[in-house]
Amino acid sequence: MTRDARITLTVNGEEISAVVAVRTNLVDFLRHDVGLTGSHVGCEHGVCGACTLELNGKAVRGCLTLAVQADGGTVTTVEGLADSGRSDALRAAFTRRNALQCGFCTPGMLASALSYIERGGSDDRQAIRDHISGNYCRCTGYQSVVDAISDVIREGDGA
Amino acid sequence: MKAPDFDYCRPGTLAEALSLLAGADGEAQPLAGGQSLMPMMNFRVAAPEILVDLAGIPELRGIARQGDMLRIGAMTTYRELQDDPALQAVPLIAMALPHIAHDAVRNRGTIGGSLALADAAAEMPALMMTLNAVIELAGPDGPREVPATEFFLGYYETACEPDELLVAVRVPVAQPGEVFGFHELVQRHGDYAMAGVAIRATGVAPIAGLAVGFFGVSDRALRVPAFEEALTGTDGSEAAIAAALPKLDAIEFEGDTKISAETRRHYAGVALKRALKEMLA
Repeated sequence: MTRDARITLTVNGEEISAVVAVRTNLVDFLRHDVGLTGSHVGCEHGVCGACTLELNGKAVRGCLTLAVQADGGTVTTVEGLADSGRSDALRAAFTRRNALQCGFCTPGMLASALSYIERGGSDDRQAIRDHISGNYCRCTGYQSVVDAISDVIREGDGA
Repeated sequence: MKAPDFDYCRPGTLAEALSLLAGADGEAQPLAGGQSLMPMMNFRVAAPEILVDLAGIPELRGIARQGDMLRIGAMTTYRELQDDPALQAVPLIAMALPHIAHDAVRNRGTIGGSLALADAAAEMPALMMTLNAVIELAGPDGPREVPATEFFLGYYETACEPDELLVAVRVPVAQPGEVFGFHELVQRHGDYAMAGVAIRATGVAPIAGLAVGFFGVSDRALRVPAFEEALTGTDGSEAAIAAALPKLDAIEFEGDTKISAETRRHYAGVALKRALKEMLA
């Protein structure tokens, strides 16, 4: 049993090894220890979705995952999604459609939307709304976010 | 907030996990997907001394068809359930899954975690009660089984002892002619239900072999035998439902900061009508 643990994981293609307090959640580890501040920390209880990021190819809540649970895993943050070009079409659509204002929800929104698009989600507006229901945005009213996601699916170049 | 400090261990076998629990004198908390436990720890309504992470235990994984039952390992995530073709044999779970939290939560949340936590508003306990599932436990005295209908005892309270682990759940597969219904009322898609209902029937004209599980209404998921009997043999019409609804007096509806007990009772009736209407259509 331990209160600190050494973890080794791949973050945005780079192997990282660090000793963390086991109570540290994944998004705090990424922001404070790795210096990747793209993922945001909002509610810290899994409701707002701002910390959504990718662990082992799946969207997860960074605040509801301990860093120690990601040991041996592969993490992709919003920075990694951009660097690899995976989020290019989505980011362009967000810009074109004004799908953000303050930008606080955007990293989580992009990660959630990309997971929907890459799994072949339909452009049905209600289906898109249901999927992003786990991501709060207090600026846009969601219309423009749905517009942007729908654009990428219709253009067919999101994945 | 952040979770308070704790000790962490990640056993590789069921036996090792059970011995850790046995040696912890009730201070250890099993960690499944963490999608309910972590928020509770971040809120500091839960502050376990030791977290026993179950992620490394092969015995808790896998979905297998065993005759007329589907055996689902406790650490199976909602996402794994959604992606597994075997789930087509249990349509009620398939109907409910899109309503259980959000995509990112379903990617980590587990069926065993939900059942062992026994949140009164969670879908999974009510589904298991409606389907007459059997819950498999393992403890220092060996394995034992508890019918889902006898497993949930109150707020976050189950028949699982502190030195036991929920290993799997066995769910009867749908029989020919069986039909299912599901509806929940929520403030936001994926949130905990303000009231919800799961229905199973072996026949519809008239209604036969009826099971109705309610969630988000009281201190636990529950079924009301008198209510099921009152609807059985009817055509499920508005009039038949209206005649049966007074039997829900048996439920101690709870009020909270969102809605009163009275409103919750009304919502339970609304959810039931909608689920039944869709099921009979």
